[in-house]
Amino acid sequence: MATAINTSTTDLVTRFPNFVTLDARTGYTGFIVKKENLVEVATAVRDEFGFDLLTAATAVDYIAENKMEMVYHAYKTTGGAGLIFKVQVERVDPIELPSLINIWPGVDFQEREAWDLYGIKFTGHPDLRRILMWEGFEGHPLRKDWKEPFFEEETKPFKSRWPDGQHTFAENKNPFRDNLNFPKDFDPEKYVVTGEDDLYMSLDRDSRKDEAGNMKTDHIVVNMGPHHPSTHGVLRVAVQLDGETIIGLKPVMGYLHRNHDKIGERNTYLQIIPYTDRLDYFNSMSNNFGYVTTVEKLMKIPVAERAEYIRVIMAELTRVQNHLIFIGMLMNDLGAMYTPSLYAFEERELILDIFEAISGARMMCNYFRFGGVVRDIPDDVLQKLKDLVFERLPAKTDEMERFLNENEVLVARLKGIHVLNADDAIKYSVTGPVLRAAGVPYDLRRADPYSIYDRFDFDVAVRHNGDMMDNYLIRFDEIRQSLRILEQALKQIPGGPINSQKPAYQVRVPAGEAYGRVESPKGELGFYIISNGKPNPYRYHVRPASFVNLTAVESMCIGSKIADFVALLAMLDIVMGELDR
Amino acid sequence: MYGNGILKGLSVTLKRFLDTYTEDISWMLRGKKRYNSDEGIRHRSSKDTKGIFTIQYPEEQLIVPEEMRYIPFLVYDEGADGKKEVLCTSCGICAKVCPPQCIWIVRSNDPNTGRPVPVPTDFYIDMDICMNCGFCAEYCPFDAIKMDHDFEIASYGRSVYNLEKLLKPTSYYAKIRPENYAREEEDRKAKEAAKAAKSAAAAAA
Amino acid sequence: MENEKLSLPNYNIPEDLENAVVITTLDRLYNWGRRSSVWPLMFGLACCAIEMIAAQTARYDMARFGMEVMRPTPRQADMMLVSGTVTKKMLPAIIRLYNQMPEPKYVVAMGACASSGGPFKEGYNVVAGIDKFLPVDVYIPGCPPTPQALIAGMIKLQEKIDRQSIKTVRWYNKEKVDGNYVPMPILGPDLIDVRRNAEYKAAAATKEGA
Repeated sequence: MATAINTSTTDLVTRFPNFVTLDARTGYTGFIVKKENLVEVATAVRDEFGFDLLTAATAVDYIAENKMEMVYHAYKTTGGAGLIFKVQVERVDPIELPSLINIWPGVDFQEREAWDLYGIKFTGHPDLRRILMWEGFEGHPLRKDWKEPFFEEETKPFKSRWPDGQHTFAENKNPFRDNLNFPKDFDPEKYVVTGEDDLYMSLDRDSRKDEAGNMKTDHIVVNMGPHHPSTHGVLRVAVQLDGETIIGLKPVMGYLHRNHDKIGERNTYLQIIPYTDRLDYFNSMSNNFGYVTTVEKLMKIPVAERAEYIRVIMAELTRVQNHLIFIGMLMNDLGAMYTPSLYAFEERELILDIFEAISGARMMCNYFRFGGVVRDIPDDVLQKLKDLVFERLPAKTDEMERFLNENEVLVARLKGIHVLNADDAIKYSVTGPVLRAAGVPYDLRRADPYSIYDRFDFDVAVRHNGDMMDNYLIRFDEIRQSLRILEQALKQIPGGPINSQKPAYQVRVPAGEAYGRVESPKGELGFYIISNGKPNPYRYHVRPASFVNLTAVESMCIGSKIADFVALLAMLDIVMGELDR
Repeated sequence: MYGNGILKGLSVTLKRFLDTYTEDISWMLRGKKRYNSDEGIRHRSSKDTKGIFTIQYPEEQLIVPEEMRYIPFLVYDEGADGKKEVLCTSCGICAKVCPPQCIWIVRSNDPNTGRPVPVPTDFYIDMDICMNCGFCAEYCPFDAIKMDHDFEIASYGRSVYNLEKLLKPTSYYAKIRPENYAREEEDRKAKEAAKAAKSAAAAAA
Repeated sequence: MENEKLSLPNYNIPEDLENAVVITTLDRLYNWGRRSSVWPLMFGLACCAIEMIAAQTARYDMARFGMEVMRPTPRQADMMLVSGTVTKKMLPAIIRLYNQMPEPKYVVAMGACASSGGPFKEGYNVVAGIDKFLPVDVYIPGCPPTPQALIAGMIKLQEKIDRQSIKTVRWYNKEKVDGNYVPMPILGPDLIDVRRNAEYKAAAATKEGA
């Protein structure tokens, strides 16, 4: 499971002896590339070494060494271990790095995020605006020397809670004097909000010149969201329209940016688990899974055998319920209000009943622990689970197919719309069902098996047209495959302990870095964690699937109709908790 | 023919529609109560559920599993004279492990010696911050804090619970989580027996 | 108690008319009308929104309370169900929606985040509770509240509506009352609550070396 540097990647030093060195810090892997040669090395990584999928790009602030580091994780879509390369830069403003957007366009949002939260300027990035915070926000919040208004202490647990914990409302402390950085003599009455200008400039508002003498139409800019019934939460999209045709589009996010990374760096390792539940709130179990496997990688501890099975069962159940909801929500957005989603929610409720009986909560399960899971599945619940998996869910999936698949209206709305071909999908770092519907059989459960997925017999669902119809159908395929895994897991599940470790609220995590990833229902969910041996992680970063998948949206919908765009958002299966974190 | 797919789909909805009646009638013929009865609610949450799926809260309620967790409460033993013997020793583990840090504990000090005594003077949980993760109950070494099933706690103001409001008797805990309670009692008795055996052995030696 | 007083018109119907006439108070009629058709604004922010949707679906069926009509536009909504974390970036949009809602209007803070910022309270982009800006009628603790807990909160709101009197509710007052219109906050260097402008000025003036 732990990814060692494989033979082909060690070549990077041989290939570029002058400006690539091995990362020799204890617990670290990968290569350090000189800033000046980053583009050259990255091109070679993609073209010569064949790492065509850049999944994660994230920044780290090493304030003690006065350095900023950018970490890139590249993988091959044919599977196998990844290649990690890093670039370091002096921590003196302005911090500048070359942008890799021409090599992997999928890095777009992640570079913008690094600019927003760390203040790293990427030269060559065509649209470097803030992405999660608003334009005009003071400071770069993930830097280690930046503090929030309600800042209490550097790390949890806070000393003010015990033994003399008088209840106070943190917000009643004066938030103005402590940490807020206003410009000198700031006057709120004279402040002019300018944040939106850059957004609209980036939409390219030139009206089209019509040489042929046709009627010239003005373009209009429509803001969909952040409060809009079809944007799946609080996503906002600024769309430039020519009639009903989209000619320019920029997603605006951050309306649910809950500072997951910053809070995570303050939490202890254990305390992060319930926070990960709230990332992709449809699939708390898979989020737990990703985080826990990453920390286990760092801790180098085994997982109890029975717990491995329970984890797989939970993760696959989550996938089934997520895809059912996906189908319901897609229908909602296409105008088939309520009935399909009501049917989907009925099955979801039954699955949530199982989650509630096992973990205690319907949605925010908080069920995984380092080395295993928190409690065993009671026998009666296991029986209920078997009934569901062996009898009800297959039948209901068939019923759903009978109900919708041949519906002419649905086919007309989905077939041939928003085609994403395989090359583009890889280019934009798209993962998950959307990538597989485009014809790339890249599923982490097969490509880079984690946990015990190598023991199960299942096929990677793949379709080849990359249009909306395939994206819709592949969800059914995946439900079927998940049910296959579930059936095997439920038959094979062994007895025994459910945790390899003693329950402890303080875990010791050795110093080092780890990038763990799981195939969440939405795509690749990655966690990048740096430990410095303390009870709290030094850097905690989530690589959400929805966020990176959204990179492709701009190129996908230019030229199509606005009504189809609503369906496209549903098709990408974004969820704001994960997108904005 | 164009429209076949739609008709096929409508047959599914029609079947679902008819199911409501066949299901209700079959329950009626069997002379059983489908609504407002435990059996009916259980059936509606099982794999065989068909027809009407609604649980008509507040007239009927879902049967919650034992592990269900909502907000934390503190357990006390009822003493002989009705005194509340709080199990909490104010060790502070729950406050340390709480992810959103919504637990505040004031530890008692002995007025004479100034030494801490294992009773909390006060205990606050800000229920509007609590994320229902259940860590406090999971890691409490004294089984003094537990997760409640009661979810009807909406209020017209912010809910900051103090010690008085948090306390609930052991009997309540045994009622909502009988299996957990039995297991913990067994563990406790085994531990006490071992302790007694040990001290007896020490006395004999 | 108060509820009973409102409901009793203090007038006895003559015996021969008892089966033909029903009398009530204006308050009672008015409250009955409002409590039975509280249309929520279709407005999901975060995790809680999913439970809100679940409460609308077959198993919990909020339609039984006349609350199923989710209105996407604030102009047709009676209640704003703030379901999820209120971020600073989102807040101006929420305030704008609230100001556009016609009176009578209610705000329900669903879940920990909306009530107080919840687990994300310490975050730099999180507002510590929507009650810092809007007058909240009912707080529903829980993270997220289960659909049944949400419905319990809704029943609590209905009880509150039952107790209101047309003479005292704030929206029919002639004087300008706090809470009917909330000034829009500005997204400046941080979220700027324009009601506290003086404090900002003072803080910025005393800031050393900024």
